[in-house]
Amino acid sequence: MDYLLTFLPWLLAAVQALLYLALAPLLAGWLRRIKARLQNRRGPSLWQPYRDLYKLFGKEARVATTASPLFRAAPYIVFVATWLAAATVPLIAVDLPTAMVADIIVLAGLLALARFFLALAGMDIGTAFGGMGASREMLVSALAEPAMLMAVFTLAMTAHSTNLASMIDAQLAAGLVLRPSFLFALGALVLVAIAETGRIPVDNPATHLELTMIHEAMILEYSGRHLALMEWAAQIKLVLYGALIANVFFPWGIAQSTAPTALATGALVILLKLLALGVALAISETVLAKMRFFRAPALLNLALLLALLGLLGHVILEVGS
Amino acid sequence: MDQALSFALLAVGLALASSLVSCFAARFPCLLRLVALPVFALAGLAALVAGVVALWDGGTATMTLPLGLPWLPWQLHLDALAGFFLAIIGIVGAAAGIFAPAYVRGIERSSESLPMLGGFTGLFLSGMLLVVLAGDAFLFMVAWELMSLSSYFLVAFHHEHAANRRAAFLYLLMAHVGGLSILLGYGVLASFGGGFAFTAMRAAELTPGWASVAFVLAFVGFGMKAGLVPLHAWLPEAHPVAPSHISALMSGVMLKVAVYGFIRFVFDLTGEIQWQWGVAVLAIGSLSALMGVLYALMQHDLKRLLAYSSVENLGIIFIGLGLSLLYLGTGHRLLGALALVAALYHSLNHALFKGLLFLGAGAILHSAHERDLEHMGGLLRRMPWTGLLFLIGCLSIAALPPFNGFVSEWLTFQASLQAWQLDSGVLRALIPIVAATLALTGALAALCFVKVYGIAFLGQARTRHVRRARPVPSSMRAGQAVLAVGCVLLGILPTAVVALLSVIPEQILGHGLPQATAHGWLWLTPVAPETGSYSAPLVVVLLAAMAVAAAWLWRRGVVRRVRRGDPWDCGFAMPSSRMQYTATAFAQPVRRVFGLLFRIDEGVETDNKGVLRHRLAVHDRAWTLLYLPIARLVDAGVRRIVRLQSGNVRIYLGWTLATLLVLLWIIS
Amino acid sequence: MTLAELPLLQQLLLVLAALVLFTSFVLLEQARLVSAIHAFAWQGALIAAITVIVATGGGAKHLYFSALLTFMLKVLLIPWMLHRQVQRLDLERHTQALRRPALVIMAAVALVVFSYWLALPMVAQELTFTRNIVAVSLAIVLIGLLMMVFRPQAVLQVLGFMSMENGLFLAAVSTTQGMPLLVELGVAFDVLVAMVLFGVFFLQIRDSIESLDVDRLNRLTETVENER
Repeated sequence: MDYLLTFLPWLLAAVQALLYLALAPLLAGWLRRIKARLQNRRGPSLWQPYRDLYKLFGKEARVATTASPLFRAAPYIVFVATWLAAATVPLIAVDLPTAMVADIIVLAGLLALARFFLALAGMDIGTAFGGMGASREMLVSALAEPAMLMAVFTLAMTAHSTNLASMIDAQLAAGLVLRPSFLFALGALVLVAIAETGRIPVDNPATHLELTMIHEAMILEYSGRHLALMEWAAQIKLVLYGALIANVFFPWGIAQSTAPTALATGALVILLKLLALGVALAISETVLAKMRFFRAPALLNLALLLALLGLLGHVILEVGS
Repeated sequence: MDQALSFALLAVGLALASSLVSCFAARFPCLLRLVALPVFALAGLAALVAGVVALWDGGTATMTLPLGLPWLPWQLHLDALAGFFLAIIGIVGAAAGIFAPAYVRGIERSSESLPMLGGFTGLFLSGMLLVVLAGDAFLFMVAWELMSLSSYFLVAFHHEHAANRRAAFLYLLMAHVGGLSILLGYGVLASFGGGFAFTAMRAAELTPGWASVAFVLAFVGFGMKAGLVPLHAWLPEAHPVAPSHISALMSGVMLKVAVYGFIRFVFDLTGEIQWQWGVAVLAIGSLSALMGVLYALMQHDLKRLLAYSSVENLGIIFIGLGLSLLYLGTGHRLLGALALVAALYHSLNHALFKGLLFLGAGAILHSAHERDLEHMGGLLRRMPWTGLLFLIGCLSIAALPPFNGFVSEWLTFQASLQAWQLDSGVLRALIPIVAATLALTGALAALCFVKVYGIAFLGQARTRHVRRARPVPSSMRAGQAVLAVGCVLLGILPTAVVALLSVIPEQILGHGLPQATAHGWLWLTPVAPETGSYSAPLVVVLLAAMAVAAAWLWRRGVVRRVRRGDPWDCGFAMPSSRMQYTATAFAQPVRRVFGLLFRIDEGVETDNKGVLRHRLAVHDRAWTLLYLPIARLVDAGVRRIVRLQSGNVRIYLGWTLATLLVLLWIIS
Repeated sequence: MTLAELPLLQQLLLVLAALVLFTSFVLLEQARLVSAIHAFAWQGALIAAITVIVATGGGAKHLYFSALLTFMLKVLLIPWMLHRQVQRLDLERHTQALRRPALVIMAAVALVVFSYWLALPMVAQELTFTRNIVAVSLAIVLIGLLMMVFRPQAVLQVLGFMSMENGLFLAAVSTTQGMPLLVELGVAFDVLVAMVLFGVFFLQIRDSIESLDVDRLNRLTETVENER
């Protein structure tokens, strides 16, 4: 634990946290552009989300007369909790002090904290939209949480640790090993990621029709800098899940030391992995249609089944005795 | 250590004194809130001090009282485990004592009996303290009876309503059935140990079969008192009808006394632990946790919802205890100690946040006279401090970092993830499935408390009374604040608490948790740093630093003003309070997805004026599956026995003669 | 021997076996007949792949032929025949989804744990992992039987039966390097004849009782009595 008291790892952690902030709108812009191209449109520029955020920060925030102090505090809490959760996932280098501060269960807890305040903010104004969004979001997350934690447990049973840095180290040390449990855990985590970040087929991030909104319904009343923080937090969440899936299941290329060449390679590799995941997500969003809300539990049950099969596969097939 | 014992006896004395003073409250009503309740709060404080000193010291102290039977005097025994539960009783008792004076002021002018309230409250607290301090089974059962009976009278306090009387009767019935089971369990241990003292029972050599019998009796008895499914039916009936500070004591403390009894019986007195017991406890604990939170989601009476939530949290505590039994039974002492510490931490956490939530419900009841969530709304702007403290309670119970509920859940997960060390493949597969069930209940609990806080405190007020609610007096806020500060501190400094708690497994099991605190006060590393670590202070510091950075970056040079306007109304008029989501509507997706587990009567009817009414009733399946059949059986049996009562004196004399003849024959 | 120490080919075998178990779950809860037939075809393809891998890993050469047979029968011929039946008899309209999918899936998971527990005392031959694949195949057989219990449509019953046969084949391939070729051919032709007979019977039953729901097969007794 002594190395944690030195300055360099914390500097690296701070740089990585800022990198998450910077990359998040880029991934959102990339997604939008690829989807547009798949739909035969030209699509907005890659830097449009940055311009949107800048514009929103400059605008005046308008708050409803029925809002309580919690409404104005919630965007900051949501943003900070999501950002801290992202900062614990190794992005370009494996050895991160923040990965020791918060392991993957704490990461799920921080995301739950953000979601709690998001739902409360939705209910604060006293209109039907917010209540509906909050109710649906909490149900989707309630069903996604056991699937996500079961997938995490499957990984933890192999790596004998819940610390993300240890998990990635164990994966890298083992070399190329085909594990059935990891395959199923990957499937489960992909489905959970789609549900939690509110992408098609669970929620449409571009809709504003009351019967189809989940995330958008909760932030409907926000404007100005509050809306900018909420949107940025949603983008950070997407990068978080992308980095989690890319670095835990396909960790090759991540920097295992603090040498500048290793870090540069790590940065380049993660950028490529995120862009590839973005293309895959864009294709799936174009091909699939949004499901009716009460069919979302079926999708999450599939995720739970995959996670369960991963766990059983680990116990039955992978552990020799 | 003797210091701690004397503080504990002082606490018992003060509780009895507050009871005595209340007897005069019929003549001088203000005695109750000016003298009796502050003495009660002091009793709680003394118990807290006693507990903390006992934990810090880590030793044992015994004392024999000159009471009891001549050949069976009462013995007191204070060790780290008893000290821990004394601390729990103390802190919630103190908070309730600070809260109660302003609360009872509202009932001083009514016709209800103040001596009964004050008297039985004091007896209740002293009963609980004596259960924890008991060193032999005799004092334990006497104190247990005292605790049950005095709480019965408190539950029946508002006895004008028939529903309250029924709830109190059910409570009394189940408390006694449970007590009988515990007595039989002690009987088994005493017959092998040759005496009723705990020291004799500890030295007893039990055969595995009889040990399992004793375990089952203790599990049924203590489980019934703790409110585990399917023996939980009394909890949601009894806790809501008692006065709010009593509900806080019952839910926060009395259930923990049942947990204390179980730990003392199974971990300490029984000796050799079998791993099959762990599987049974794990199964019942998971079932209680899941069913408890699902039933809580269906309620719209705030106190009933909190009562079902207690069922859920007791389930989580028993999941930890079951894991501990499983690991100890298979020889993994370190993991058993870890799971036990997780269960104890959750007991403390639950006492704090459930006490806080019940006191908050009492505050709402006091100022808005409402218990039904469907009639509340917008209370955060009317009662800001109560709202803030209630929010801390909701965040803690939803197991969110950096509050205390999250720490115990994290420890339970870490304990269950060590299942890879077990030999049995089937157990290695089943324990993560139990952990996933725990994750599901945690997420559903978050859903439940978003619903509670969102409907009650946010949005717009749904009735006139609530619109005019006034903030509660500062003593009520102080009582809640004590518990809220506890929640926050236990969340931010978990390593210190785990260091204090690891004395308990060291005393009882012989194995502590050296690794957990080995890296300083900043890091909590239950097994090893590489396996999993959590630094709550650093999480708080990082959150604060990021918030400051965010605020500084984006509030400079930016328009800071916030303009007020109407909410979005799709172009129609301003939404009224009836257009908001109701509590029933919020829980509707859960009703649809988990509908199979309940018996739901739902329908829409049109009455004769053409007004549509939505009717919804959610019933507990345990009634139809377990309680009603048993009640019918008992009824049928009783009806057969009643035929003996013919009313004729000569037939009774005939029965007496026959019994006498049989007894004389047996003696000869 | 932990997973990481096994050769890559055997790791691939474990992955494919786990995927076969997944397809049997998918088969269990499919609502539509055509999707179920496709899931069965995938199951056959995965088993053919497993057979090829065992053959390349130094097994008997007749396994290649076995794999080809499996591929042609279970991936191409039988699904095509069933597909034709479904279209000709317009069976898709009468299919019902599982009524309590959560309970059936939980039962299937319990069966997997149970078959693992059953397989534990089996003495390992050279490698432990073959014993583990036996546990998976036993689970597939039991899930196939579960499917026959819970899905009343005739086509799904046939698929459940074939899935049981798949499980047995998987066990044979992984432990004893396949059955003797003669037995293979015999079983394969039996399956083919069974399919043809099923096709004929479908038509007959449907004409008698106007439904292919096996729960209504008891109405055949009425038909017999009516003819008397």
